[in-house]
Amino acid sequence: MYIALAFVMMARAIAEAAVMRLQQALALDGGFLSEAHYAELFSTHGTIMIFFVAMPFVTGLINIVVPLQIGARDVSFPLLNSISLALTAVGAALMMVSLVIGDFSTGGWTGYPPYTGIVFSPGEGPDYWIWAITLSSVGTTLTGINFAVTIYKERAPGMSFMRMPMFTWTALCSAILMIFALPPITAACVMLALDRYLDFHFFTSDLGGNMMNFANLFWLFGHPEVYLLILPAFGVFSEVIATFSGKRLYGYASLVAATMCIAVLSFTVWVHHFFTMGGSPYLNAVFGAATMTIAIPTGVKIYDWMATMYRGRIRLTVPMVYALGFMMLFVIGGLTGIQLANPTISYQVHNTLFLVAHFHNMLVPGVLFGMLAGYTYWFPKVFGFRLEDRWGYVAAYGWILGFMLVFFPLYVVGLLGMTRRTYDYTTAAFQPWMIVSAVGAGVVLFAFAALVIQLVRSIQGRSALADTTGDPWDGRSLEWSIPSPPPAWNFAVLPEVKDRDDFTRQKEGGAAWNPAAQYDDVELPRNRAVGVIVFLTGTLLGFALVWHVWWMAAAMLAMIVALVIWIGFQGISTETVSAARVYSVDCDFLARKRAALGKSAASGVNTVDPVGRARA
Amino acid sequence: MTLETGRKELRLYVIGFALAATLTAVPFAVVASGTVPRDVSGWVIALCALLQAMVHFRYFLHIDFSRQKREDLQLVLFSVLLLAIMAGGTIWVLANLSARMMP
Amino acid sequence: MTQDAPRHPGLNLGRHHPEAHAENEKLMFGFWVFLMSDLILFGIVFATYASLTNPMGQAGGPTPRDVFSLTSAAMQTAILLLSSFTFGLASLALKYRQPSLRAWLAVTLLLGLAFLGLELRDLVQMVADGAVPQRSGWLSAFWVLVPLHGLHVAAGCLWLAVMLVQVTLFGLTTQVSTRLARLSLFWHFLDVVWIGVFSVVYLGGLA
Ligand code: HEM
Ligand SMILES: [Cu+2]
Repeated sequence: MYIALAFVMMARAIAEAAVMRLQQALALDGGFLSEAHYAELFSTHGTIMIFFVAMPFVTGLINIVVPLQIGARDVSFPLLNSISLALTAVGAALMMVSLVIGDFSTGGWTGYPPYTGIVFSPGEGPDYWIWAITLSSVGTTLTGINFAVTIYKERAPGMSFMRMPMFTWTALCSAILMIFALPPITAACVMLALDRYLDFHFFTSDLGGNMMNFANLFWLFGHPEVYLLILPAFGVFSEVIATFSGKRLYGYASLVAATMCIAVLSFTVWVHHFFTMGGSPYLNAVFGAATMTIAIPTGVKIYDWMATMYRGRIRLTVPMVYALGFMMLFVIGGLTGIQLANPTISYQVHNTLFLVAHFHNMLVPGVLFGMLAGYTYWFPKVFGFRLEDRWGYVAAYGWILGFMLVFFPLYVVGLLGMTRRTYDYTTAAFQPWMIVSAVGAGVVLFAFAALVIQLVRSIQGRSALADTTGDPWDGRSLEWSIPSPPPAWNFAVLPEVKDRDDFTRQKEGGAAWNPAAQYDDVELPRNRAVGVIVFLTGTLLGFALVWHVWWMAAAMLAMIVALVIWIGFQGISTETVSAARVYSVDCDFLARKRAALGKSAASGVNTVDPVGRARA
Repeated sequence: MTLETGRKELRLYVIGFALAATLTAVPFAVVASGTVPRDVSGWVIALCALLQAMVHFRYFLHIDFSRQKREDLQLVLFSVLLLAIMAGGTIWVLANLSARMMP
Repeated sequence: MTQDAPRHPGLNLGRHHPEAHAENEKLMFGFWVFLMSDLILFGIVFATYASLTNPMGQAGGPTPRDVFSLTSAAMQTAILLLSSFTFGLASLALKYRQPSLRAWLAVTLLLGLAFLGLELRDLVQMVADGAVPQRSGWLSAFWVLVPLHGLHVAAGCLWLAVMLVQVTLFGLTTQVSTRLARLSLFWHFLDVVWIGVFSVVYLGGLA
């Protein structure tokens, strides 16, 4: 019987895949379109990429990896987990529905009023945007709570905060950002909805409304959001670089401190997104300076990673290629960020393609490469076989090259004065750069295709790529000490942690393959249909609100309240796995593992040794 | 878990209630009297509100400096810090804007 | 993390249930985190309200002096504070397993409903006076801030009613007790938010 956790992961993966496919289909249509259509495209592109690709990817990865890294059976609240997933899926579903029924917003992913207000956008577009974001933002807040409690309360005995793997640290900081940074966007969206539906005056240009408050609230969320996305990517790179350098992570404490600093500082810089509002020089200077300080902890991280690699036995695996690409490209993006943090410069290039190049330079090599590295790195843990290498390399180098071709020209045309979100232009000087950029887009598309081919090939060749030892990379943290894929209970016996790289310690001490002294019964939560119900009611609720079907909206709200009360009257249903079962599964695994390791030692051929070791 | 400790806890609730009631009554009285100048009354209201919030946290929500409460206390303090940044920042930014838009 | 003293006063789960304790710790901590997230939400709405409480935001429409009544605000404040106290008594009754538990919960519920009744009366009066949210930015903010708190109280009342049923049906099981403990946090938290409401909205507006 499959456990709730696996179900959640799978559903999430499917949702992600669907959303990404949708995104790719849209990006292809890029040119030759009417103005309105183009506006709809950049709005859906931004909204989907941030809220329904990057966010679910990050959330999904944390969901899978954190419980394994901290030696836990599951997240603290599995039921809440499925509800959060359902709410995120509701948002994604609304985005999809907007393709078919009616139009989406043309107001960009930031959805600034008064343009998105009822006067200038009377259609249903902004309503889709509002409800997709509002409902999924609630889901994200709940997820954040779940992760924070999991990391606080579920760590295995002996795992103090300073023994937590780096990815878990970044996940904790991300969770904090989810908890505290999402309320502003929820509030802003609801206020905008009230303006549109009931003629309130929060952001209107008449009767005392203040549209700049929307920009203020949006970025109060928006800036922490970009760090919410990048921090787990930093975490992935920390794990990947340590593992493939065969060394302990350098400067662990400084990395932890830097992560915390970034998380807190990210709440103090939001005004840099609207320097051109016309605030006083003093106000802009304060926020400009605050923005620049973020570069300090970020720089610390870069140096720590370089020092980790220094004199390490580096294995240039696919995740490592992403990591190296990231380190070089991300620095460029960071430097342009610091330039933009200077209000006088921002006044020149704000909302030009220079800005667009900056943030894609952060989001693509940062977040996206991080997620792809994490995907390649943990894939064998989740599915029991590795991803095929050749197409993996093709994809990784393709992404790096494609990225540079697409976005470096944008810096230039940005400085030449080309504004963002223009669907046509008359300055001939822009054109050569635009062509280079379009070629780059082709390369990116090819890299994406390579990812798909890689997945297909890997599934076909899964028996050759099988991971029998549970430790394909010679990993350092606890998730590599258990079978791939992990059993429903993750750990046969909760480990006793004595070191930061506890699995490395176990392996070096020869303790890694011994059965435990005693096995106990394990209780697991039972799978429930609540998530599905929430998804259906939520989607119908959003749809009803967009199309002003009041009776349906009311009915769905009532359903949700009733559901919550109904859950309250159910007992917690669990099932018990007997100690004997846990014992036999564990023994099987350990025997397989010993056999695999023994065979390779005997034959002298490095067949099952961690990948890349033979080459090194 | 004796009746003794029960009495003590009851007393804490009563103390909390009395303090909270006083801290409510003072600003209401100040405003009702209508004789106190505006800026003074503003400070009285703010100070009483702050104190009363602390009383509520201490006596009703049982947040204190004991070890078992350390985590909850840290959480609350951190939240208040972020609240100050976000709410205070919003007010600052928008006040700055409206000051500069005055003709 | 073994602790001798029960971590959450107002709960008496017995000492020989380490697992129930661990589970309860998680739930209480998670609920605290949720409340803090909610606190930020209120903070955002408060900040918006404050930034619209000026002649520009009022757009020539009614001002606080035209629409607020100090007496009504004082009555609501008193009722809510009293309900916090009665919930405290309910928590003690829960901890010491006294039969008065249900009575105190019921009193708290009635006080909550009385508070809502008064608030509703005020709002209806404001509509009659033309102080509707469509009139100005400031009124929009008022109509979000105060009813948002009211909605929370209403949710608390619903929760109280459900818990009264559960106490009657199931008795004081671990699950019921921890739920009551969380509800008490919620209720006291709403009273803290109300301190902000009466200080900023009513007293600040009328001073
Ligand atoms: C050293 C760190 C960083 C600095 C100093 C920085 C600075 C800035 C500044 C000043 C702007 C506003 C420019 C303007 O509108 O004129 C900006 C925009 C932006 N940045 Fe960064 N940034 C940094 C890191 C990041 C990271 C890590 C991400 C994402 C993972 C990111 C994503 C964005 C996005 C999405 C926008 C603008 C979005 C829009 O207007 O639609 N930035 N950044
Ligand atoms: Cu920013």
